Amino acid sequence: MFDYAPAPESRDLVKFQDSYGHFIGGKFTKPSNTYGTINPATEETLAQISHGTAKDVDAAVKAARNAYEKTWSKLDGATRGKYLYRIARIIQERSRELAVAETLNNGKPIKETRDADIPLAASWFFYYAGWADKLDYAGLGPNPMAHGVAAQVVPWNFPLMMLAWKIAPALAAGNTVVLKPAETTPLSALLFAEICQQAELPDGVVNIVTGFGDTGAELFDHSDINKVAFTGSTNVGKIIAKQIAGTNKKATLELGGKAANIVFEDAALDQAVEGIVNGIFFNQGHVCCAGSRLLVQESVQDVLIKKLKARMENIRLGDPMDKNTDIGAINSKAQLTKIDRLVKQGVKEGGQSWAPTCAMPKNGFWYAPTIITGVAPTNTVAREEIFGPVLSVMTFRTPAEAVAKANNSQYGLSAGVWTEKGSRILKMADQLNAGVVWANTYNQFDPASPFGGFKESGYGREGGRHGLLSYLKGSH
Amino acid sequence: MRLEIKKTYKLFIGGKFPRSESGRIYKVNNHKGDFLANVAKASRKDVRDSVVVARSAQSGWAGASAYNRGQVLYRIAEMLEGRREQFVAEIRELTGKSEKQANQEVDNAIDSWVWHAGWTDKIESVAGNMNPVAGPFFNISTNQPTGVVAAFAPQDSALVGLVNTIAPAIVSGNSVIVVTSESLPLAAVTLAEVLETSDLPGGVVNILTGNAKELGSWLASHMDVNAIDLEGISNAAELEMLAAETLKRVIRPGTYSRSAAKGALQHILDFMEIKTVWHPKGN
Repeated sequence: MFDYAPAPESRDLVKFQDSYGHFIGGKFTKPSNTYGTINPATEETLAQISHGTAKDVDAAVKAARNAYEKTWSKLDGATRGKYLYRIARIIQERSRELAVAETLNNGKPIKETRDADIPLAASWFFYYAGWADKLDYAGLGPNPMAHGVAAQVVPWNFPLMMLAWKIAPALAAGNTVVLKPAETTPLSALLFAEICQQAELPDGVVNIVTGFGDTGAELFDHSDINKVAFTGSTNVGKIIAKQIAGTNKKATLELGGKAANIVFEDAALDQAVEGIVNGIFFNQGHVCCAGSRLLVQESVQDVLIKKLKARMENIRLGDPMDKNTDIGAINSKAQLTKIDRLVKQGVKEGGQSWAPTCAMPKNGFWYAPTIITGVAPTNTVAREEIFGPVLSVMTFRTPAEAVAKANNSQYGLSAGVWTEKGSRILKMADQLNAGVVWANTYNQFDPASPFGGFKESGYGREGGRHGLLSYLKGSH
Repeated sequence: MRLEIKKTYKLFIGGKFPRSESGRIYKVNNHKGDFLANVAKASRKDVRDSVVVARSAQSGWAGASAYNRGQVLYRIAEMLEGRREQFVAEIRELTGKSEKQANQEVDNAIDSWVWHAGWTDKIESVAGNMNPVAGPFFNISTNQPTGVVAAFAPQDSALVGLVNTIAPAIVSGNSVIVVTSESLPLAAVTLAEVLETSDLPGGVVNILTGNAKELGSWLASHMDVNAIDLEGISNAAELEMLAAETLKRVIRPGTYSRSAAKGALQHILDFMEIKTVWHPKGN
């Protein structure tokens, strides 16, 4: 193995304020009811964040309603689109700063924020900007309408990218929004509020309220919102679905997953190993569509696991700001505890866990990339979402068995298939109950491509024309 | 004078016509309040049996070619047309509609089957997508039936409302358990006889007569039901809460009209899941 000299990105590219209020009606409120947000790689406090109350939520919804009635719904689509293009450009201009901010607050490697999170966030705005004046072609007939005020809550795993997935289509369709970032990762959303100001977006079109789960519950409970969009856990998704039962609120829910990554004996195994590593260790496995269940055909199990272990020995875990780092910090202590508990449970239920030896930094939250072999379909680690760098390994003999095992889950967000046989890919793709199927690749995202789940992975799509429909209704 | 042979109105489960497992019946009167028939009153066990057969029938139905499904739906229209007089008579007896009104309802029911039949092999052309992603990938989004649908037909319609509840669910390859109007169930049982003679595989449509509110919670909370159409239910909000426990797809009452000679594409798509498949392009 080569030795790498440290190659840290500059911390000075971003300056946070000491404390932040909410962004309501185009202005930041005075910080109040604050809590500290940290860098999970060092546990250093980065800034003080306001914990939103029912009153803050109400002010934000009022600002969004006002902006919807008086400004945004009166603008023509081309003009709305131009604002989105401006936002896309400013994200590109400030991309290094945003990448550093995201890495500091989330703990994910700088190479991921630099090459994935931030470019995808920009591309999402650029893509939906072009839809704003073409809504007649979305598939709902002429003159489709916005819902009105969209309430959006995003998770901590891709903070700015998830914000872009939510805000870009909502604004393109003509809605105004109130968005709550995750409690542990609010900083990029607050920088985004500044970007809205720089883009001269009309006041109140985008409102950011920071806080915890109770803040999000207040938001979804508000009587004057028309649309609910949530990305997060299946348990919270169910609570939200109950919360809006009997109302006219429409929902898009992007929830948990337990994706099967299926490797057939004829697959290009070295390529598959890269796909497996990308599938489960990208973003520390904090990915709802992570390929967390490896289903390997029995005949190649030994050789594949040997190759996988050899590859894992070369994964670099450590300082997220280092450009050579593959695996950064776990986002929070709570998440680390959960990962640890589930892995111990999986071993207790008969799995054998293995991780390469890697030095752990002293401060912060870390978990070594881990595989658990000998996992029975009933094992907790084969059923529950771990949301960490942990791969459960199972085997199969026939394609039918692979499909049965892959579909044996409450979830249905994504799946991977590795084989050199084209007809098999197409048949597997037909049979897998998953909203995204990656064949001979994994974890690809694009604003033109719809993303979302079957079953308890939620409903509605984000991305592409279908993602636009989540924020429109027909004018019949 | 010859004594008329009256029909026993039973359930339709898995392509068969069983009585309710519970042995329960309820009395159905005509629009004047005179006794018409004792109709099977479905039970919890009937609900569960229906879900089992609906699940086992679903993959075969979804796996049939779109052309084949289209022909089966068209065949339903043919069979319905052939029994028009019976439906007109039942609708008139139940609702008190005029002959003209009853004929109009049957017309709409037949034409709606034809409208839906034509969609089977066009949904993908209209609602699928090739996606121009920024990379060397083949990327396509298609629609796939969501699985097993539970539905409550509108209470105020004897036939067309039921047809416009069943057809949007099965056109794409779902199977359905439908609870009929409680007070207007006779045409529903006759529709079951039409379905049974239309080459529709047993279990794809299951028809339960009885009390929607009683059956509702069992369907809404059933773990093996993927979607629920709450049109004809009085406690919709309560059932939506139960459905949330397994994140069923929900159609709220009043979302789609059920009385016309055609449906809505969005209604069909509400029972479908978008699947996006990626593959690299290369040598």
